[in-house]
Amino acid sequence: MTTVATQIKLTPEHNARPGASVRSRLQDALPKIVLAPSFAITIVFVYGFILWTVYLSFTNSKTFPSYALTGPRAYQRLWRWTFESDPPSSWYTSITNMGIFGFLYIFICLALGLFLAILLDQKIRGEGMLRPIYLYPMALSFIVTGVAWKWFLDPGLGLEQTLHQWGWTSFHFDWIKNKDFVIYTVVIAGVWQASGFIMAMFLAGLRGIDGEIMKAAQIDGATTVQLYRRIVIPLLRPVFLSAFIVLAHLAIKSYDLVVALTSGGPGGSAWLPSNFMYEYTFKRNEMAVGSASAVIMLMTITAIIVPYLYSELRERPR
Amino acid sequence: MLRKLLIGTALGSGLAFAAHAQDVKEVEMLHWWTSGGEAAALNVLKEDLAKQGFAWKDVPVAGGGGDAAMTALKAMVAAGNYPTASQMLGYTVLDYAAAGVMGDLTETAVKEGWDKSVPAALQKFSVYDGKWVAAPVNVHSVNWLWINKAVMDKIGGTEPKTFDEFIALLDKAKAAGVIPLALGGQNWQEATMFDSVVLSTGGPEFYKKAFNDLDEEQLKSDTMKKSFDNLAKLVTYVDPNFSGRDWNLATAMVIKGDALVQVMGDWAKGEFNAAKKTPGTDFLCYRFPGTDGSVVYNSDMFGMFDVPEDRKAAQAALATATLSKSFQSAFNVVKGSVPARTDVPDTDFDACGKKGMADLKAANEGGTLFGSLAQGYGAPPAVANAYKDVVSKFVHGQIKTSDEAVTQLVNAIEDAK
Repeated sequence: MTTVATQIKLTPEHNARPGASVRSRLQDALPKIVLAPSFAITIVFVYGFILWTVYLSFTNSKTFPSYALTGPRAYQRLWRWTFESDPPSSWYTSITNMGIFGFLYIFICLALGLFLAILLDQKIRGEGMLRPIYLYPMALSFIVTGVAWKWFLDPGLGLEQTLHQWGWTSFHFDWIKNKDFVIYTVVIAGVWQASGFIMAMFLAGLRGIDGEIMKAAQIDGATTVQLYRRIVIPLLRPVFLSAFIVLAHLAIKSYDLVVALTSGGPGGSAWLPSNFMYEYTFKRNEMAVGSASAVIMLMTITAIIVPYLYSELRERPR
Repeated sequence: MLRKLLIGTALGSGLAFAAHAQDVKEVEMLHWWTSGGEAAALNVLKEDLAKQGFAWKDVPVAGGGGDAAMTALKAMVAAGNYPTASQMLGYTVLDYAAAGVMGDLTETAVKEGWDKSVPAALQKFSVYDGKWVAAPVNVHSVNWLWINKAVMDKIGGTEPKTFDEFIALLDKAKAAGVIPLALGGQNWQEATMFDSVVLSTGGPEFYKKAFNDLDEEQLKSDTMKKSFDNLAKLVTYVDPNFSGRDWNLATAMVIKGDALVQVMGDWAKGEFNAAKKTPGTDFLCYRFPGTDGSVVYNSDMFGMFDVPEDRKAAQAALATATLSKSFQSAFNVVKGSVPARTDVPDTDFDACGKKGMADLKAANEGGTLFGSLAQGYGAPPAVANAYKDVVSKFVHGQIKTSDEAVTQLVNAIEDAK
């Protein structure tokens, strides 16, 4: 701030032009000056470190970063692990889990969110009370969600135990202890947390739709199903875009949920790539492999999000 | 504003300068001993140092636990802001020493005669390149059985001396309707148990060659396959709900009498102590069957960093106090471990502690003191974690046969080297 102030004071002395022009020039520059710090911070701490991670992935960094480039050995290892399915390598488990989790999480959240939003939009009584109830889980941190669901799903503690005590002794639900199903419990907890928020997004979208269009459709004899399928849902397209992006990034960064809910699952069967990255970088002192996995995560997200954004945003101006 | 800043800087550097002339009477310590018993044990050290006029300053670690602390340490060291000392485990000390950030305690070590009193196997981790870089605080050993005495009496069991007797004992418990084996299905607990199984199945020589020297011949030998088969046998005695359970909950099952036995390191004794149980009357501690005479250890160390000159005196005082007989005794009585030097009197220790100390001494003299691979004292973290992966996948069924397990083990260790 000091430098800026000094410049302003100094300028009139050195500048022959009258003050008004200085002022207007300053006004022109002001947005840039104000934005500069955050721009610089973003450049360094986001893009700078992305480049640094890419660089590290080509070294043989172990506990500490080392700066001598040694070729793509880390990628070769990851590539080999990608195809080790029996017994599954940790990397294979992580990426298949990412596929299962990412798809189900995004799909169920969108479907459930839309469904709840449509139900809530039927001008029902008590909507003001219901909405926050659905929205509330979003206010919890992943750790809280994870621990709560861990207890609830634990066969010796939660649901199964309770139903056994109520007399339904044949009830059996041990997904959280089962290496093949543990990833689905992560989906359950994740959907529980995020679907209310997605519902709120869709609800806002529904409220934004012009009532005249609906009336016109009804007059033309459209049934409720047709009304939603042909008119309302297509009109909600921008909301789908926002919801998809919110969900996709939540899915990719779900690290804490896995840790709190399953602590990695039986034999590491609930790992996601983010768990893999943390585990290799910080616990196993294989920083190069960790960095390489982070780069692959980034590439994957880019490959999915960029074409989607491009196709969606390009149509806007029309 | 600028003037204020200038004055501030001048004052600040002046202060720093003044302080430089005199030693800093403070130790800055990074550790994760925050639970009741551990914190109380550490208090003994704080008071020792306070008597000599050194203040104690904890380095705060968010999140607790060793992982968070190690991440914090990495950041501090990368920023060149070394603490006086940090709690460290095994190969971490050597990693940091190789990076050239550790201090030199040799002067203190010679004065205090650590060369003779600290077991040679431990010195592998506390001495780097001929220089003492860490002060060992304690020795934990992992090849223990913790047994609920009431349950043991009920089923009429006796101390198992061989692996087969152990299986027979577990069968008895199963027949009596208690959970025979309390296990937490997390990879480090499974691997910790497997350390004992390997030592029991293959004997001390085999353990050393396979898990400390990482000899490929031994890793893929039939003895290793048999060890995996034995592990598979043990896993049939756990309750169906074991996966993901924390170790202290498994210990609690033994304490409450829901389960007969837990295979766990001697930190489990801390849980028994906290529940006001006495060894011999409430619970029994035996060596894992077939491993009597050998000790598979891990050890907590205080790694000493290369601090500025004015902090060296405080560091030396901390190191001296850490390995003083009085602290070693007082701390380890509470912690459940045994002293890191073999010449500490065992008068204050309970029966299990006394046995642990005698075993450590004998193992040190007989050359049967081995680093635990599961606890990161057998091989560097990359290898140790690859090992834990394989054991855990075997326990949970991703790896189906012992043949496959051995192949995976060899590959994983080769990959991580």
